[in-house]
Amino acid sequence: MTQTKPKSEPTPHLAAAESFAASAPGPEWLRTLRRNGVTHFTELGFPTTKLEDWIYCNAAPVTKLAFKPATCADAAVTAAQLAPFAFPGWTGSRLVFVNGHFAPALSTLPAPQKGVTITNLAAVLASGDALIEAQLAHHASVDGSGFSALNTAFITDGAFVALAPNAVAAEPIHLLFISAPGDTANTAQPRNLIVAGANSSAKIVEHYVSLGGAAHFTNAVTEIVVGEGANIEHAKFQEENLEAFHIATVQATLARDSRFLSHSISTGARLARHNINLVMTGQGVDCVMNGLYAVGGKQLVDHHTIADHAQPHCGSHEFYHGILGGQSRGVFNGKIFVRKDAQKTDAKQTSRNLLLTDTATVNSKPQLEILADDVKCTHGATVGQLNDEALFYCRTRGIAEVNARRLLTHAFASEIVNRITVEPVREHLEQVLWARLEELIEKK
Amino acid sequence: MSQPLIEIKNLSAGINGKQILKGINLTVRPGEVHAIMGPNGSGKSTLGYVLAGRKGYDVTGGTVTYDGKDLIELPPEDRAREGLFLAFQYPVEIPGVNNTYFLRAAYNELRKHRQQEEVDAVDFLAIVKEKMKLLDLPDSMMKRAVNEGFSGGEKKRNEIFQMAVLDPKLAVLDETDSGLDIDALRIVAEGVNKLKRPDNAAIVITHYQRLLNYIVPDFVHVLFDGRLIKSGGKELALELEEKGYDWLIGKNGK
Ligand SMILES: Nc1ncnc2c1ncn2[C@@H]1O[C@H](COP(=O)(O)OP(=O)(O)OP(=O)(O)O)[C@@H](O)[C@H]1O
Ligand SMILES: [Mg+2]
Repeated sequence: MTQTKPKSEPTPHLAAAESFAASAPGPEWLRTLRRNGVTHFTELGFPTTKLEDWIYCNAAPVTKLAFKPATCADAAVTAAQLAPFAFPGWTGSRLVFVNGHFAPALSTLPAPQKGVTITNLAAVLASGDALIEAQLAHHASVDGSGFSALNTAFITDGAFVALAPNAVAAEPIHLLFISAPGDTANTAQPRNLIVAGANSSAKIVEHYVSLGGAAHFTNAVTEIVVGEGANIEHAKFQEENLEAFHIATVQATLARDSRFLSHSISTGARLARHNINLVMTGQGVDCVMNGLYAVGGKQLVDHHTIADHAQPHCGSHEFYHGILGGQSRGVFNGKIFVRKDAQKTDAKQTSRNLLLTDTATVNSKPQLEILADDVKCTHGATVGQLNDEALFYCRTRGIAEVNARRLLTHAFASEIVNRITVEPVREHLEQVLWARLEELIEKK
Repeated sequence: MSQPLIEIKNLSAGINGKQILKGINLTVRPGEVHAIMGPNGSGKSTLGYVLAGRKGYDVTGGTVTYDGKDLIELPPEDRAREGLFLAFQYPVEIPGVNNTYFLRAAYNELRKHRQQEEVDAVDFLAIVKEKMKLLDLPDSMMKRAVNEGFSGGEKKRNEIFQMAVLDPKLAVLDETDSGLDIDALRIVAEGVNKLKRPDNAAIVITHYQRLLNYIVPDFVHVLFDGRLIKSGGKELALELEEKGYDWLIGKNGK
């Protein structure tokens, strides 16, 4: 891969990052991290479509948006405004972040549980925690893309979840990231860290929404460290407004015998780019990447995923479905790396796309790099319309064609949603997706 | 004699321009069971699809009058609403659509068509319970997606279960017996028999006479190369079992 270095013109982003990194408080190691972020951002700048991984994803509009990073949760958000984003019947905790900063007044913290820490990053950075120093920014590389380097330069707040060995989080955790139009700020850069000790388990939902319809920019990085034998389900749901720019990385390091279930559901944003990178650093890992995007209008949604089989006897199963209406564009790039010693790898990938209009497009590409010989790797990609046989079958049961189409389109989405094990989340998604899909079907 | 439920006259049809059915004549009256037998590729499923209205299966000649209406004019969903049911040889998997939800949607379409009120999920479950027993279906099958991951036999039982719930006037069963073990075959056949009434009818497509031990036909027809080349009573099935098709084909070969 030849990645020509883009000319990095001085941008307001760089100036802001430099001054932030120079002046923001924090322990020395954190200040070093931020400076490191600035250095890499200086080198990389924002990705251009000349880079292989960004060919179909033109990030230029993001960089043209005035850059006004939020420094605190300054926008006035009321609890009532959060109602549409609540999961039906939810009894678990909910941490709310406004423009990337923790908003305690809007949050419901979980009942204290031994071995389970659920809090915000700023709080632990202030109190000092050896675990954070050891893990933060040790997983998501700052040199991969300018965006994660930029996020690193601004590390301030986000969610922090730590599970001691054998701890089982009693209830699922809802992390709600709201972009709210404040006086000045329009950029949120949450930095999340989840560290799961050996044999621990938890279900975590990362949820991105907007208040109002103004353009804003979310640049999020989530690092997840899954210990030996731990079992983590991570659902990311992005339903920001249709002017938003959403760029996010989920980077998970999976130790021996761990289970990791990743979901990415993306319906919002004018431009959404999701990087989901799973690195299997021990044997016997079993991971699933499950994803769905439903977009219309001029939306662009891009998933770049990596299943990195660094060790033998691991399984990775990837299922991505896309539903595209209007003139929307979808990108799916699924990399599977099987390293030299990763024998007995079992990697499966399917990417299926449903085009509701002639003007919607999809670029779906598997990318396999296999250096071991005794492995099972399969991949398949489809782009097209609804299955004629299934349509006919529905009609022979009395279901009119238009309703059969509707039924099958919703079903195509349900296949993905049904893999989420937390029922209230599924219910919320079904409602949001139902409305979104009806819109896409109507507008086609 | 009662009015025919379906009257197929000189029906010719093709798939993408290829002629498959070459002049079929068949009349089925209420209360009757007709068996259609014939070697692979003779056009049995094609007949089923043409009756059900599958796209790409074009009628090139002849007429089909169903319950007094021109069947060919109707879209597939209207045929179903008028009481025509096709049990597929290869039932289609519909991932993501719950089996109970699907069947209730179909059931309510029929009710709407008859200007009856739709039933809600709770009432529907009560209706369904009884029919599930009839076909010995486990609850778990109702919670799964339509046909997804069902074994061959489960798919066939699910077809007959749908038929039991939708209560058609004319059922076309396309090789419902294939893929069934002997116990499942008996359950399915008994199910079909229990649904039989003087006012409905069935066309049973099969390769094997063994099904016809359970579902006793009034008429047996042999389809070969797009034509019904021989018709008779139930004893014809036994004769075919014994002698195969060659003796007939010899006389009617191309
Ligand atoms: N899509 C198609 N395009 C072209 N020819 C087709 C198509 N589908 C079926 N045929 C042909 O039509 C003929 C009749 O097929 P049909 O499936 O009706 O036979 P059948 O009697 O049901 O056979 P079987 O006993 O194997 O189920 C066969 O020659 C088959 O190859
Ligand atoms: Mg057939």
